[in-house]
Amino acid sequence: MDVVIQFLYSIPVLGLAFQLVGYLAEIVPNIAPIILQNATPIALAALCGVLCERSGVVNIGIEGIMIASAFVGWYVGVLVEPVLGGTPSAFFGATPTLLVALGAALLMGMLISLLHAWLSISLRADQIISGTIINIAAFGLTGYLNNLISQTSPEGAGAFVRFTPPKELANVPVVGWIGDMFLRQGPIGMSLIVVVIVFQVLLFRSRWGLRTRAVGEHPRAVETVGINVIWLRYRNVVMAGALAGLAGAYLSMEGTNSFQQGMTAGRGFIGLAAMIVGRWTPIGAFGAALLFASSRALGDSINFFPPSGELGNLLAQLPGQFFDALPYLVTIIVLAGLIGRSIPPAADGQPYEREQAAL
Amino acid sequence: MASWQQRAVALARQTWAAMALPFVSLLLALLIGAIVILASEVVVPGRAFDLTLPFTAYAALFQGALGGLDPIVNTVRASTPLVLGGLAVGLAFRAGLFNIGAQGQFLLGALGSVTVGVALKEASPFIAIPAALAAGMLAGAAWGFIPGFLKAVSGAHEVVTTIMLNYVAASVIAWAVSGPLDQPTSPSPITDQVGNAALPVIIGQNGHMGALIALAAVFAVGWLLFRTTRGFEIRTVGANPDAARYAGMQPRLVVVLTMSLAGMLAGLAGATVVLGVTHHMTASFGTTVGFDAIAVALLGRSSPVGIALAALLFGAMRAGAPLMQIQTQSLIPAELVDVLQATILLSLVAHELVRRIFRLQGVKAAVETTDTIGPAYGRRPGIR
Amino acid sequence: MTSGVQTVQAPALEMRGITKGYPGVLANDGIDLDVRPGEIHALLGENGAGKTTLMNILYGLAKPDAGEILLDGSSVEITSPQDAIRQRICMVHQHFMLVPVLSVSDNILLGEEPMAGPIFLDRAGAHRRIRDLAMSFGWEIDPEQRVGSLSVGWQQRVEILKALYRNARILVLDEPTAVLTPQETKEIFSVLRRLRAEGYAIIFISHKLYEVLEIADRITVIRRGKVVGSRTPAATNEEDLAEMMVGREVNLTVDRGASQPGDVVLQIEELRVKDDRGSEAVRGVNLEVRAGEIVGIAGVAGNGQDELVEAIVGLRRPSAGRIRLADHDLTSVGARQRHRLGVGFIPADRHRFGLVLSFPLSDNFILTDYYEAPYARGMIRDEAAIEARAVRGIRDFDVRTPSARVTCGTLSGGNQQKVIVAREFEGEQRLLVLDQPTRGLDVGSIEFIHRQAIAKRDVGTAILLVSAELDEVLELSDRIAVMYRGQIVSVRDGRTADKNEIGILMATGGSQVAGLSTSPVA
Repeated sequence: MDVVIQFLYSIPVLGLAFQLVGYLAEIVPNIAPIILQNATPIALAALCGVLCERSGVVNIGIEGIMIASAFVGWYVGVLVEPVLGGTPSAFFGATPTLLVALGAALLMGMLISLLHAWLSISLRADQIISGTIINIAAFGLTGYLNNLISQTSPEGAGAFVRFTPPKELANVPVVGWIGDMFLRQGPIGMSLIVVVIVFQVLLFRSRWGLRTRAVGEHPRAVETVGINVIWLRYRNVVMAGALAGLAGAYLSMEGTNSFQQGMTAGRGFIGLAAMIVGRWTPIGAFGAALLFASSRALGDSINFFPPSGELGNLLAQLPGQFFDALPYLVTIIVLAGLIGRSIPPAADGQPYEREQAAL
Repeated sequence: MASWQQRAVALARQTWAAMALPFVSLLLALLIGAIVILASEVVVPGRAFDLTLPFTAYAALFQGALGGLDPIVNTVRASTPLVLGGLAVGLAFRAGLFNIGAQGQFLLGALGSVTVGVALKEASPFIAIPAALAAGMLAGAAWGFIPGFLKAVSGAHEVVTTIMLNYVAASVIAWAVSGPLDQPTSPSPITDQVGNAALPVIIGQNGHMGALIALAAVFAVGWLLFRTTRGFEIRTVGANPDAARYAGMQPRLVVVLTMSLAGMLAGLAGATVVLGVTHHMTASFGTTVGFDAIAVALLGRSSPVGIALAALLFGAMRAGAPLMQIQTQSLIPAELVDVLQATILLSLVAHELVRRIFRLQGVKAAVETTDTIGPAYGRRPGIR
Repeated sequence: MTSGVQTVQAPALEMRGITKGYPGVLANDGIDLDVRPGEIHALLGENGAGKTTLMNILYGLAKPDAGEILLDGSSVEITSPQDAIRQRICMVHQHFMLVPVLSVSDNILLGEEPMAGPIFLDRAGAHRRIRDLAMSFGWEIDPEQRVGSLSVGWQQRVEILKALYRNARILVLDEPTAVLTPQETKEIFSVLRRLRAEGYAIIFISHKLYEVLEIADRITVIRRGKVVGSRTPAATNEEDLAEMMVGREVNLTVDRGASQPGDVVLQIEELRVKDDRGSEAVRGVNLEVRAGEIVGIAGVAGNGQDELVEAIVGLRRPSAGRIRLADHDLTSVGARQRHRLGVGFIPADRHRFGLVLSFPLSDNFILTDYYEAPYARGMIRDEAAIEARAVRGIRDFDVRTPSARVTCGTLSGGNQQKVIVAREFEGEQRLLVLDQPTRGLDVGSIEFIHRQAIAKRDVGTAILLVSAELDEVLELSDRIAVMYRGQIVSVRDGRTADKNEIGILMATGGSQVAGLSTSPVA
């Protein structure tokens, strides 16, 4: 077997492709948990996008919601810690403080979404502009407040701790690493797949899902069968905000344990790209998020565990900044390549007017 | 023929209609900013509560922006890239495109101009300056061309692609300044000085020529949009790409052209900052210009004159912010300007509500919903 | 014509004194209307008369400024479609309220979903009920089929099933026959008669005089928001109704005189064109149009007419075949060049292809000529010349507008269409392509455009007319071509064509299938 592999590796040009496949096969089971960790905020952002756009509302402001929720979660933790204190429990290292902070982050997400919903649905402002302004406002305010608060060097409330699955699981042949991947996560990371599946099933089999999909395609038709389009859209957008809030909470309370300005690093927008590539379905968005997250993880692993041989030499020539840019480049390429075949909900982005003008 | 009094009244009415909303938005922003300042005092412990702090802050802001020749020159210096960046975003808006990538185009323009500037730093200024500026414009245009091309060919929405390119641009800058352009004389990555390619100072201590370039750009963009057939095509593609196709225009070409022009303008903004202000680049060369530009374009409602005025406003705020930070003993960080900016924008979008609250009559809507501005994710402009 | 019951029943529905104004127009002015159970009451009026507004009020989509609605004698408040449905009022809209990507059953049960437990839908149960309901009319329907793939006639049946599924008892149909062939119209009428016999109260909105005379028990005419009169069919005729509808004597037929066809201007050979989804919409069309004649294309919407027209005008690339304009081969020539060669186009979707609503009128007048002298010298626009052109067009074509500088979107539909006509009809054209030129317009504008078209024909322009209104095609065309499934299946002489025969050709393409298909083949 080894001889065959060596032979394949030595073929000029094509051999590099085989080397790459071999490297991936070796690396992926090890970095799989990291891939899922990276994917969590992206996937949650994408799910927020799916929910909003399936209802007919475009939400460019997901990035802003994430940064604001990350900040609020962290800061509420700072405020509440002296009051609630508490030792980390065995359950993901949760403390009362962290739970309160998590709730605050979710609430923040929902509040900002409410604002976006009000601007887009009731005031019928252009939805992309509304979302962009939310981004600008969120980054401005969090930057300002962060600057203000950092003057007093506050202490954070810590973070959720990742679960460590038993070693035997990883050793199960073929699929062991998948189980390991899903279980070697904090609470938010672990609940992601559950959220994805529940959302997928509800969207296509429940009454709520049918009404949501109809509203995004033909809101007037939905109105004429007696369903309140405005109310439906508000509810869905605010619920979606909780998902984005969860993504932000992950950043400052699970992935790391503090807040940095700009820590979202474009994940909200990558999430939108994942939504498009995933054809506005929860499972598709999750898959696309894994794809985009793996480009980031791959970049890191090539830096720290470079492949050997010809492939390794080739990759060593590339500057470190290339791997920083890799997730964004991959996003652009995938988006441009697949986009032609991805059709959004028909009424996506169009403000809905209840009363028709005289005919 | 109306008498001159009637014409004056009509002009005043027109001006009020156009400016009322932004003006009220500004007042509202100052009010909310004052509330934020007072709230900040509560949040940060260890100081006596000072009710007059907003006044101190705003007074310092005003003084830092307009209180003397040097402050005014600073305001103009800060506004220059905002004018160019705002034009970059506003021009794209006219074609129905959201150019959120002004930041990346700005960075690439700075990189292009610093590269050529350093290479020509010993040459005659008459060669070095135009060459460096041109390099900046070209680099920015290329960075605008990419998302324009992708949109035209595959329909990839420019909001996502331009934002991705912003991050890629930051990596490109980091690589270039730490690598090929790095001067070994300094421990941290930094390029050489641009020498003779620097823009000459024309007023005060450091009011550089960039202001004139920005002014020229305002006229050029206005002329392009409203006096030429090309500009008519850009506006038509933005308003109704299908009718544009019927009119024999080529929406895809217009999209590529407009994004390239927009990139060129943003690149020029970067060039004026490097050649006029910093005269070199560091690996973390970054300003808020790219995002301020979006705010400027929105506030100026995509009209060249409006953008110029909005740029002056934001430039003034940015110029005055450091003094505000000093005079409030660093209690109020310069980022307050971001808060003010955000409030102005929010009240613009909520214009209906603002209008009703302040009972503004006959005032034009600020950010209009255009039929075609919508995320045509899978729809290539004008393809059948 | 009631169902034989001798006593006059109390009205199931009564609308009294309904008044509704919008900025600039009083859509409904004190309208009274009532319908009895087991009656078909027709509401007749031209486009813009206020019929749809009245029905929107009934259905809860609009709120009246004054007036009341009574059901079985007691006053009710209808503030949303929910209320209307609760009162068992159901509406079949002119533009279908169906979600194309969802299945037939999902569309029908939306809003009234049967549940299997608290969360999940009971689709199986719904399917059974829908199939049974459809069967009672002799319709074989697949509840899983995507509505978007159904033909227009079948989509309308789904809309009717929607209403019946909800146990409606008052049915409102808004222009139901606008998109149907004569045979489909007959079929709908027999459905309505059956529903009437079962005791439904039916409001039938239309602007087609002969249909209304055929199906209705009572006819109420609305003009400019006011009720002008109420008749029974026996006591009136088409001329009387037309005069009530428009307020003056109307020439119901345009005297078009004989045509003098000259050389062939437009020649289409074996043309094949794909639609947006990639399937062939035009499948080998051969057609000729001569100078000085009007060729009308009759066909049910969706049989390739849009794609054919777009290919002729240069907005869509054919996949095979040739298009010739006199001696020019147009196949690789773009829209602008065709325009310069003398092709004019009145698009069906005027807001999409014909006008830029947010631009001033003057810009719309020069939309296709903006780059040429005198409107531009090189790259620079000549504003004075542009304005002069607009002023001329407004004057010559009687466009009602305060000035040439107003935004195009503020004009009425009829005046907007006049702007397009003024633009495309000025000067000389070799070929004019008219696609649904009078859809949604008031009678005055319709007459105007018809007269202009015939005048153009008489100076030698070749005219290709596409219209879903079979009457319009019959009225204007010197020759009629029937389009079915992407092919021209028959060409008849315009004067001697038999409407029923054309209708059969539109519905079946000429295959000798008697009557209408009972399965929804799209």
